[in-house]
Amino acid sequence: MGEIIKVGMADLKVCREPDSLTTLGLGSCVGVALYDPITKISGLAHVMLPSSKEIRNNANIAKFADTGIDETLRLMVEMGAQTKRMVAKIAGGAQMFSFGSKSSDNLNIGLKNVEAVKAKLTELHIPIVAEDTGLNYGRTVILDSNTGEYSIKAVGKPIKVL
Amino acid sequence: MAKIDLDNMESVQFDVLREIGNIGAGNATTALSKLLDARIDMRVPKVNLAGFSEITGIIGDEEEVMVGILLSLEGDVNGMMMFLLDTASAGRLVATLLKQEENIDKDIYDFSEMELSALNEIGNIITGAYLSALSDLTKLTIVSSVPTLQVDMAGAILSIPAIEFSKIGDKVLLIETQFDEESHINGYFLLVPELESYDVILNSLGL
Repeated sequence: MGEIIKVGMADLKVCREPDSLTTLGLGSCVGVALYDPITKISGLAHVMLPSSKEIRNNANIAKFADTGIDETLRLMVEMGAQTKRMVAKIAGGAQMFSFGSKSSDNLNIGLKNVEAVKAKLTELHIPIVAEDTGLNYGRTVILDSNTGEYSIKAVGKPIKVL
Repeated sequence: MAKIDLDNMESVQFDVLREIGNIGAGNATTALSKLLDARIDMRVPKVNLAGFSEITGIIGDEEEVMVGILLSLEGDVNGMMMFLLDTASAGRLVATLLKQEENIDKDIYDFSEMELSALNEIGNIITGAYLSALSDLTKLTIVSSVPTLQVDMAGAILSIPAIEFSKIGDKVLLIETQFDEESHINGYFLLVPELESYDVILNSLGL
């Protein structure tokens, strides 16, 4: 059993076995887990916003789906992972609050984040092998680099292993 | 007109925002006291300028289950207002209001529709009191949406205001007020105006 490395909001981390990566209480943000099963190198990005191109102040590359995934990938490749072997699992992107018919941009951000993450992964030819996204509840995720298992915990629900 | 700059805030701006928290939450606390017919006091408000990694730390643990009541704000001030309670406090509030025996073993998943609806109404009344005090003080029009309630991890609930601020930078500015310990209610008011609305509020007060 290795160390469990915490990934904060708008943050990203990489590790190799036997360590794990976790991010706690994901709401509308998306936890993008990348895994190379041969080298067992793992990466986890906590994405808050869909695109760095729509925001003026985009210095924090971990915050966005596009730049955050690029950077996670770069760090993993630097450690010896290969992009063509990588698989992705994604979780989060909930709509935490809903105001009935009035759809505010801010409240649908979860869905937009998920769409942006999928578009970016498709562009990079990284297959999404599992996902647990949307709905209206928060999730804690743990990526185990020994197995590539992505565990999802939510309040009042059994642990889901992707 | 002075614009607020999150990387370079002036101390007078902090003072004024703290005073807004004081007046708003003061009125809200009074409303809650009356509603419950119990004495409730609040602590001195804090104006928090926090990085994303620290935002949940203001309240507690990312995974702590809390009741969050959210209203979106429109009019002269855009943004959101949130009332957060830990689940034990939420249970206590509801039991007092509905004149039930308090069940300390009560689990969060046991809240009935009726109890959740009562909590939402408490949220409605006290955030309304907060916002009307703010509106009186600033002479600004603040229109709030119907409140919506969510019971979930603090991190997930707070990601909503955090995302709003993430569009402009890497810090969140919020006015936070907590009840005091003797009130036995662990609750927080968070006023989260959009950045431009901070300017509007400060300008209305002559800054």
